[in-house]
Formats: sequence, structure tokens, C-alpha cells
Amino acid sequence: MRRSMLFIPGNSPAMLLNADVHGADAIILDLEDAVSPSEKDAARVLVRNAVRALGYAGTEIIIRVNPVDTAFCREDMETVVPLRPSLVMPTKVADENTVLAFAKMLDELEAKHGVPAGSIGLIPLLETAEGIENAYRIAKASPRVKALFLGAEDLSADLRARRTKEGREIAYSRGRILHAARAAGVDAYDTPFTDVNDDEGMEADAALARDLGFTGKAAISPRHIEAINRAFSPSEKEIEYAREVLEAIEEGRRQGKGAVSLHGKMIDKPIVDRAKRVLEMAEALGVRA
Amino acid sequence: MNIVRPAAAGTLESSDALVTVEPAPQVKIAVSSPVQKQFGEAIKRAVRETLQELNVNGAAVTVQDRGALECTLRARVETAVRRAGEVG
Repeated sequence: MRRSMLFIPGNSPAMLLNADVHGADAIILDLEDAVSPSEKDAARVLVRNAVRALGYAGTEIIIRVNPVDTAFCREDMETVVPLRPSLVMPTKVADENTVLAFAKMLDELEAKHGVPAGSIGLIPLLETAEGIENAYRIAKASPRVKALFLGAEDLSADLRARRTKEGREIAYSRGRILHAARAAGVDAYDTPFTDVNDDEGMEADAALARDLGFTGKAAISPRHIEAINRAFSPSEKEIEYAREVLEAIEEGRRQGKGAVSLHGKMIDKPIVDRAKRVLEMAEALGVRA
Repeated sequence: MNIVRPAAAGTLESSDALVTVEPAPQVKIAVSSPVQKQFGEAIKRAVRETLQELNVNGAAVTVQDRGALECTLRARVETAVRRAGEVG
């Protein structure tokens, strides 16, 4: 269950201290953009100590590392792998070669540090036009890839688009990432909403991402977590309907009916599949399981 | 590790500590903290242990604590020592 992912700057003790109190399903401990080049060494040590001392039990740990073509990347990975995060987030992933480079590093470092082979996954951050165009190949490049994540800020700059709250400029990229991820059988995560003070805009943006089919959404502010979790959780109405669907199907089966309808509407396989997903999610969330 | 130059790590922001390390013949630790009375000795002990883990036998360390957790304090000491130490 990963609906929300909260970015935590890797060199901020105050934010690391409270990283897991905001209700985010996952925290992204950031060694990349949130840390200036002169503080990369400090952030690495601080994140390592924070994860070891604080543990963040009950919250999934994702660590965003520096790009593979920088001198920081190798040291980041040497520090990160022994911490056994669920996922490592490579940035500015343009094609499958970056994924393969990370997969190779993980193979080597898991063995070196006694971490179970293949246990650390990847969530590539796609934030260039090239990355978006290669999304499917990136998703399929390694079984370590568990999800694709859209980064709209850098992407808009690369596209020479104006970044808007409505997000018309990233409509294609959202669609492309989502199709690629679903076709490859992995999750898809939407870009953060960056206006910390616009709650309505935040809710609309999260609802749009959910309706498009995204698994969840990242946040740069703890204030956004509740809205994201709400948007990506089934509502009571949806849970109730899902139960009715499955009951109707069961009843139809008992009566030997080939086709079943509910409230005057035919229930076909996609509706049943969706109902099962809703109930699985409700159970995972502990909602009227 | 030999300390060969002065270096610092951390900040004076809340929950952090600013740690400076300078070359010295022996280990010397000076602490200023809003919780000096309760935790002054614990802070010194954490600094001393971190220096031992890094095989530092001589260093003048000053800690300006702003309510850092022990894991933060140890991280700042380690970073300052690495910055002050011989490269390679």
C-alpha cells in the first residue's frame, strides 16, 4: 500500500526526525536536489544515522540518489544499500541504460553487504522528454523496477512548457507514463503539487491523478499527505458498491445465470475486477475489512 | 584518522549541531548546549565514541548543540572529522 510519498531533505535533521509522523505511506529521503553539492557528504551520513536510529517502522523507505553520471552516485549507493530501503530512486532516467547501471550496482552491493539479492527495487524518476518517450523500455528494463514516477518540474523546463496548476502541459506525459507502467505491470506515481498553500488545487490535482489511473502521488509538503491518502483510498460508497457487485455475482452464480445486472446495469468482468481491487485496498487499509 | 586541517559540519538550526574539528595532540571536547546540564556529559560521550570509531586520537572538537538527537550529533562529528582528515 503506497498512496503517498513524502520528500524529506536528506540534510535536515528536524525534518528527518519527524519524517514518519505525517501519515505518508512512504518517505523519500532525498540526497539529490534538496542537498547542495557541498553538503552531499553530510547528508549521506545523516540519512544513514537517521534510518539506523529512528527506523521509521511502518513507513516504507525510498532513497533518492544522485545521477549515475556524477561522482556522488557511487558513494550514495555504498551508503544506501546496507540500509535496505524498499526502493532506490534514480533521477533523470532517460533510457533503460540507467536502469541497467543501477541494477548492476545493486547486484554488486547487495552481495557485498549481505543484503538479500534482488530485495531492493527501483522507482525511476522520469523528468525529461527523452525519459517520457522511453518510459515502457525503462519500466521493462529490469525486474527491480517496481514503479515509474513522473517529475513535472524538470520535465516542463525540458519541454520548454509553462508549468501550470491545471497541468495541461503534462497531460501527454501523464498518459504516456501511465500506459507504459500499466503495460509493464508496475505502479505509476504522479508528480508533486508544488503550491503548499492551495488546498483546493491540491485536491483537484490528486483527484485527476487518481482518475487517470495513477497508484499514488508524491508530496513536497507534509500538508498534502492527508489529501493524497484520501484521494487514493476507496470511498465508503465505492466499497459498498464493490460489495454489492461481488454479492450480485455470487448470487448469479448460485442461480446459474450467465449474465448478472445490478441497479439495472450489466456487470461485466472489468467491473468485477475493479470491485475486487477496491475491496483488496479497503482490507489493506483496515476499512470495514 | 589524522586530523590535518580545521573543518566543520552541521548548522545552528533547531535539532542540529554545528561541530568543528581542529588538529590537536589529544582529544579535547567543548560543548555548548541549551540542555548542557542534563545532557552535556552524554554529548561528550557520543563525541568521544564517534572519534574512537573513526580512530581519531588527537582533535579539538567544539559542539554548538541546538537540541540534536544523538544520531544527528554523531553524524555531524563524523562528517567534520572526514572533512578534517587526511584524504584517502
